[in-house]
Amino acid sequence: MAAKPERPRVLKSSRTLHLRYDIPISKIAKFWDELQRGRITTTKCTKCGNITFPPAADCSQCRSSEINWIPLSGEAVLEAVTRIDIRPASFAQEEPYLVAIGRLKEGVNTLARLVGVRLEDAKVGMNLVLRPTRTAGRAVWYEFAPATGFKENNSS
Amino acid sequence: MRRVAVVGVGSSKFGRRDDSNLSELAFESVKPAMDDAGVDGKDIGFVSVGTVGTWYEEPLPAVAVAEYAGLNPAGLVRCEAACASGSAAFKVAFQSVASGESEVAMAIGVEKMTEIDMPTTIELIGRAGNYLWEFENIGMTFAGYYALYASAHMARYGTTEEHLAQVAVKNHKYGAMNPYAHFQSEITLQQALDSPFVAWPLRLYNCCPVSDGSATVIVASEQAAKKLTDTPIWVKSVGTASDTSNLSKRPDYLGLRATIQAAKQAYEKAAVSPTDIDVAEVHDCFTIAEILAYEDLGFCEKGTGGRLVEDEETYIGGRIPVNLDGGLKAKGHPLGATGCMMIAEVTRQLRGEAGKRQAPIKNGLGLAHNVGGTGHYCYVTILGRQ
Repeated sequence: MAAKPERPRVLKSSRTLHLRYDIPISKIAKFWDELQRGRITTTKCTKCGNITFPPAADCSQCRSSEINWIPLSGEAVLEAVTRIDIRPASFAQEEPYLVAIGRLKEGVNTLARLVGVRLEDAKVGMNLVLRPTRTAGRAVWYEFAPATGFKENNSS
Repeated sequence: MRRVAVVGVGSSKFGRRDDSNLSELAFESVKPAMDDAGVDGKDIGFVSVGTVGTWYEEPLPAVAVAEYAGLNPAGLVRCEAACASGSAAFKVAFQSVASGESEVAMAIGVEKMTEIDMPTTIELIGRAGNYLWEFENIGMTFAGYYALYASAHMARYGTTEEHLAQVAVKNHKYGAMNPYAHFQSEITLQQALDSPFVAWPLRLYNCCPVSDGSATVIVASEQAAKKLTDTPIWVKSVGTASDTSNLSKRPDYLGLRATIQAAKQAYEKAAVSPTDIDVAEVHDCFTIAEILAYEDLGFCEKGTGGRLVEDEETYIGGRIPVNLDGGLKAKGHPLGATGCMMIAEVTRQLRGEAGKRQAPIKNGLGLAHNVGGTGHYCYVTILGRQ
């Protein structure tokens, strides 16, 4: 008689962990303050002129800690795009979403959700606008949308 | 620096291994590697354990594994370089011997990923990048990161979904011949093209599975190696580089800078060129990653990686056979185990022990390319018969 394949035996741990992090943002809190007012900003090193996104309290290029805050125009070009079909556990309640990387006019890239366009119409090289939004969890954040308008303005 | 040779390799079966805990799984590759090398616990001067962890219950995995395998009181460290942790562990073991600190050292790569639920695993891997700026309010996944690279590569070079699927078909073909592989079955191009999207343009068959497994590599000094084995496989070089935590901080999405730089170092240190390599293991966590690797390792011109697999140049008999053990795609990708498994496979190929999957060895040189994260870390290891 063929042996019935044995089901692996596991001991389900009875101790569980709930991890939630308090992420320090004091040194770059201005980003959230400005975003709350509808403005997307970032940091520029006063010593070497390096502009970074995301903002940073310390310059990774010359290691100076003297930085200025500058506004971002929000004008961007799509560099890469995807749709997240299989979502992480904490995003399971959302419908599949588009994410894009856009190159901003200021020469830095941003990775953000892309809204207002179907995947088949989201093409590398298209113009985007980076704008403030609120996430499904009501956090202030930013997103990309197609730049209806400035493409026509630029070409006219 | 002294010459160092691989003198023993071992592997566990990769797959969903809920029959074994972390230490038992590591033991499955440690014991055969020690038998292969003909060494005992007291011979091992230093042990490095490559593992990422958090999906299993042990917070100090190296300690649990070393005790279980009877390796105390050897010096011990855990290495983390994300999906390249196994290669990082190998580099530490290699350096321990090369520097003269030990005569024989061991690198164990091990991961136990299936003890928690899949959405949580996807969450933990998705957080691996820059948590605050690319996960917290975005919800990136690992497939999503590589999908961004795929979209840029397709737009720029005309790489197609068929090219991506051809990588999966090749790797399943060889995985079907590998008794250690998670998936040991061939697939058709149509099956790959019809599978559901995970992160557009990557479908299920463009993604490696979540696997458990372990692999162990034992290295020795020239003097020790010559006593232990007639077929030492020499470590010609290890190149390593890193790249930004934020994907958004990279200048383009057409290749991995860390691979290009690690490969350059490895080729220069070994004084060889890409055309000298007989057989390669490359990091195909997603099929686009294998295409990027062909280009970034110099096996073909930038932008022609899709055509290389289409023309079957990376099959046995082609210009450069790649991933003849099934790659991460079919063999599975227990993160910490992968780098050691790649080095074990290249060793078996160079010894001529790969059976049906054996590549023709002309120059006696093999290469293992292991990427950590989405190009955050890269290790390129070149091994040779001479």
